[in-house]
Amino acid sequence: MNHLLSVADLGADGIAEVLRVAEAFAEVERRAIPKVPTLRGRVVATLFFEESTRTRLSFETAAKRLSADVLSLSVATSSVKKGESLRDTVETVEALGIDALIVRHSSSGAPEQVARWVDRARVVNAGDGWHEHPTQALLDCFTVRQVVAERQGADPASLGIDCFRGLNVLIVGDIRHSRVARSEVLAYDAVGARVTVAAPGSLLPASLDGWPVTVAADLDTALADADVVSLLRLQAERGSGSFVPTLREYTADWGLTARRVARLKPGAIVTHPGPMVRGVEIASDVADLPSVVATRQVTNGVAVRMAVLFLMLGSGAAIEPLEAVHG
Amino acid sequence: MAERERSHTRPLGGVFVPHSQVLSGADVQRALIRMAHEVAERNGGLEDVVIVGLRTGGVSLARQMAVALELSEGAPLPVGTLDVAFYRDDIGLRPVLPEAATDIPVDLTGRVVVLVDDVLFTGRTVRAALNALGDFGRARAVQLAVMVDRGHRELPIRPDYVGKNLPTRREEMVDVSDDGVAIGTLMPR
Repeated sequence: MNHLLSVADLGADGIAEVLRVAEAFAEVERRAIPKVPTLRGRVVATLFFEESTRTRLSFETAAKRLSADVLSLSVATSSVKKGESLRDTVETVEALGIDALIVRHSSSGAPEQVARWVDRARVVNAGDGWHEHPTQALLDCFTVRQVVAERQGADPASLGIDCFRGLNVLIVGDIRHSRVARSEVLAYDAVGARVTVAAPGSLLPASLDGWPVTVAADLDTALADADVVSLLRLQAERGSGSFVPTLREYTADWGLTARRVARLKPGAIVTHPGPMVRGVEIASDVADLPSVVATRQVTNGVAVRMAVLFLMLGSGAAIEPLEAVHG
Repeated sequence: MAERERSHTRPLGGVFVPHSQVLSGADVQRALIRMAHEVAERNGGLEDVVIVGLRTGGVSLARQMAVALELSEGAPLPVGTLDVAFYRDDIGLRPVLPEAATDIPVDLTGRVVVLVDDVLFTGRTVRAALNALGDFGRARAVQLAVMVDRGHRELPIRPDYVGKNLPTRREEMVDVSDDGVAIGTLMPR
């Protein structure tokens, strides 16, 4: 794996590989000492040009559990405030000998631009504008598979990605402004799930041409068919507040209320990328139901990001075929 | 002797083409049972003994050794598996991937761990395994059982129980399976 800018960089095989390796790291996380020496001497820098709690903590935890050194640049305390350009910031960071840059930016495409500028460092997109948030989609898939495996009493790794085939995934909420939605659509579609989106017309993208999705005519009917419901937050910081008449009306029409939960299939899984706004996209008492796996997603995020960093920095070295290395 | 797919053999897998059969399947079974007896003899029984198979080649041997020990000593003992990918010293030099999650069922503090692998070669896998075991507690002792010791050590590591000492050339490959032990070459696919 070179850079991870979009789920499309991975394809079904790449997703399967990340999930498989993440399963090995999930075991590491359950140990008394959840740390391995795998990336000793490597330096991972988080460059967050936009606020975040869980993604940043999750990447930093992942890097530390792999024994990499972690630098974190937050814009508020950096030279960006003095007017340094993104390109100069990236060049500075790379000149320090950093191996991986974890980039979050409010502009779609910023990580891709960074990837063009860097010489040897690897770039991970940790969320760019409305575009993509690939590790979130990967950890959503990982979590869904884990729950499915638990119910079958199976080992999640043994299910591969076949367990997604034919699953009905319903993504509800601010599709227009959500990078999570874009990454999830690509990921779930790649592994063979059927993806439906449900949102008020104002919160759907201007065009869904080329999206492998169906638009739900009616939320309540779509919920009754869903195996996985992915709830999204209203992206108030991207102006989605002005796309709905009032929050109360949004909740009444599109929120996961106790009444709507009752329509779900038994065993349906509800994911939420966080932060959750209780009382808006999800009712507070619904958020605490066991079928809502938001906390588990956060936990799994570390293993999945360990897998991404490992595949990027640890296992992707030049291949020397046929050398006798057994033993 | 049949060609055998070795999808997990580093670095990228290939097809193992055997040149000569060294042990038959029955020979491997006999050696395994002898090693199981040696484990019990050396440790004065099975108290605190844990068997840990190294991924991938050691896993099935470890299970079979545990079954043999259970039959002869009359008590079950914990069996685990260990994948050392995250501890290897060639990370970043060549492709390294875990084959499956590690599974160590008990805290190893105070235990006697018998590491089981199919082939002992450079010793680097065992070095990685020793480091990995340290993360599961401080074992009282770690012992090493291998079906084949083929020489060419690059580290000061020595096995405690050996199925067969097998002089080999460095570029040859040794394949251990239920069908026995063969020397051959790994051909690209």
